Amino acid sequence: MELTGAQIFLECLKKEGVDVVFGFPGGAVIDIYDELPNYPFKHILVRHEQGAIHAADGYARATGDVGVCLVTSGPGATNTVTGIATAYMDSIPVVIFTGQVPTPLIGNDAFQEVDIVGITRPCTKHNYLVKDIKDLAYTVRQAFYLARTGRPGPVLVDLPKDIMQQKFEFKWPEDVSLRSYNPNLKPHARQIKKVAKLIEGAERPLIYAGGGVISSGAEDELTWLAKSLDIPVTATLMGLGAFPGDDPLWLGMLGMHGTYAANMAINNADLVLAIGARFDDRVTGKVSTFAPKATLVHIDIDPTSIQKNVAVHVPLVSDCKSALSALKSEMEPRLETVDWEVAHAVWVRQVQEWAETHPLRYKKSETEYIKPQRVVEKVYEISKGEAIVATEVGQNQMWAAQFYKFKRSKSFLSSGGLGTMGFGLPAALGAQMAFPDKLVVNIAGDGSIQMNIQEMMTAVCNNLPVKIVILNNGYLGMVRQWQELFYNRNYCETCMDAQPDFVKLAEAYGAAGYRVTEEKDLEPMLKEAFSNGKPTIIDVRVDPEENVYPMVPAGASLTDMLLV
Amino acid sequence: MRHTLSVTVENEPGVLSRVVGLFSGRGFNIESLNVAPTLEEGVSQMTITTLGDEHIMEQIVKQLRKLVTVIKVVDMAEHKAVEREMVILKVNAEDTKRAEILRIVDIFRCKVVDVSPDELSIEVTGDHGKIEALINMLTRFGIKEVARTGTVAMKRALQA
Ligand SMILES: Cc1ncc(C[n+]2csc(CCOP(=O)(O)OP(=O)(O)O)c2C)c(N)n1
Repeated sequence: MELTGAQIFLECLKKEGVDVVFGFPGGAVIDIYDELPNYPFKHILVRHEQGAIHAADGYARATGDVGVCLVTSGPGATNTVTGIATAYMDSIPVVIFTGQVPTPLIGNDAFQEVDIVGITRPCTKHNYLVKDIKDLAYTVRQAFYLARTGRPGPVLVDLPKDIMQQKFEFKWPEDVSLRSYNPNLKPHARQIKKVAKLIEGAERPLIYAGGGVISSGAEDELTWLAKSLDIPVTATLMGLGAFPGDDPLWLGMLGMHGTYAANMAINNADLVLAIGARFDDRVTGKVSTFAPKATLVHIDIDPTSIQKNVAVHVPLVSDCKSALSALKSEMEPRLETVDWEVAHAVWVRQVQEWAETHPLRYKKSETEYIKPQRVVEKVYEISKGEAIVATEVGQNQMWAAQFYKFKRSKSFLSSGGLGTMGFGLPAALGAQMAFPDKLVVNIAGDGSIQMNIQEMMTAVCNNLPVKIVILNNGYLGMVRQWQELFYNRNYCETCMDAQPDFVKLAEAYGAAGYRVTEEKDLEPMLKEAFSNGKPTIIDVRVDPEENVYPMVPAGASLTDMLLV
Repeated sequence: MRHTLSVTVENEPGVLSRVVGLFSGRGFNIESLNVAPTLEEGVSQMTITTLGDEHIMEQIVKQLRKLVTVIKVVDMAEHKAVEREMVILKVNAEDTKRAEILRIVDIFRCKVVDVSPDELSIEVTGDHGKIEALINMLTRFGIKEVARTGTVAMKRALQA
């Protein structure tokens, strides 16, 4: 039977097992929207296309499945670019479908035409313009395949309007194969043996875990390795949750706003196992002084990540999960021959001492102000560490990363690579869509939340009871912190004390709003907000000039930490 | 160091801009680039000459391999290879200079492809060194125009 392009497209989504599409209609995709009611998946109508892509991204981060986003041509497509780049930098599998003007008009500066394939080439894993209805089903199939395999990432498919209207036989391509695309999944056996030997010989080993552990689902293997061999663990922002945040071997995040213990550990380790992490400059600080005493082992599925920023001694191109399970098999027999607890006792003691002498801390408030870190701690306590936490970008993000102890992976959703303000709220919606019964909290700044505040309406319309905790300091706090520390307190254009009444704003959207100005109200109000069943803004007035510590100034060595 | 990369790609729209965009977006340098279809339908061959140290070359090669439309990347520096470029040069050639220029053309085994009363157009094919040498020799006569194809390269059959 012949179907229209729009129907073929939707059949493909059905075959891919899509259950929610985040989108916004327009002329170029109207044929798809015309068919949408006949299909079983949910469509979430956002209020801005940037919201759609971040929501699809949040859905993907929380579930590990591919997120899907559908927008129109021209402005609809360009509005997604920031979100595409966000997903690209953090290797998140999303497929973005953009409408396009009819093929005969392409290249003619037609109404709402833009070369979105050209625009997104540097920030997608791959992208397509479907020029022939014969290629439609296969292209959609490939897009999902590419997004979810290898190093995951965003894939964009541009769909011209006339192709959506033409008719063609629908045939689902069961197999996909691209001769030029063969991600290296299995580790090299000899390299694994080499790593095992290195672990055996190391006195001060350290695991440095990144987002790749989570995207490959290697959390159990990682935890096994650390706990059985008594190896302390640190992680990047993207790796938070890959190892239980309440375990004694957990050191916290490393890098610019990493813990003292983590940064000292990397500085003194004699073996660093970098797993699914990419040596980002926010992690390494000054590259030449990063992990100076260590033999570096780097496990990553993407060969371009290896040797890009840092020279490593043992490269291992592999999916993290298969590499770690191979390593596990290699180490298992050694559990009987070596007492690992004894072998690493001095080192573990040393690391724990660093953690005890310099824990994450903040000065108790001398004024009436609530400390933002306290707010995050309270959110942790009340949610018992079981919430999915999204963040915006800035101090709020760092405090969330530092003071919420993530027990499980996929429970921390944050724009790491691109650092996109406005990410948190739509990402939280995406996660709440996937897990309607879970507590989803967006820890926000008063600046960032205003970048996609319109998605409050999406939350209300779809009964997505996300909780937005605004750490309201009246500043673009992170930039103000840099101005304070490195720019002579020249607070140029970072004061945001002119702001909407967030409580009224919440109410205007039909959501609930609370304002907390005194610490005694914090706990009861958070509790009430977390249990009211509604999308909610909790506007917490916090100390305006509180800073994030520790801090390694940009480009300095990790041991040059400014401490509280 | 100068490297010649032989890149086999799917002949799809946009494949050239993917490759070129990779170089410009990551701050790599392209000295010359040459693309044409191969005998296999749907597959094209690009020859790219670029400059970079070992670290940069490793990144260039890996990043190219990562592109979904790239089938194969070979760095000719790691192999014995034949490398050739064709260049057409238009040189000032008044009567007094003409004999000398023709002698050079002879020595370098080039071809004169166009003549006018005071100019000669010369076609030369050769590796990088030969072409640089010829250009050096002809510069003093005044080279008015140059058209270059960029390098093409092929691995030699016998690799020691
Ligand atoms: C889209 C975007 N624009 C600008 C920035 C630069 N930036 C990084 S942090 C920050 C301040 C964020 O302020 P706020 O949301 O109030 O959070 P706070 O740091 O106060 O917690 C800014 C402007 C960014 N990361 N993203």
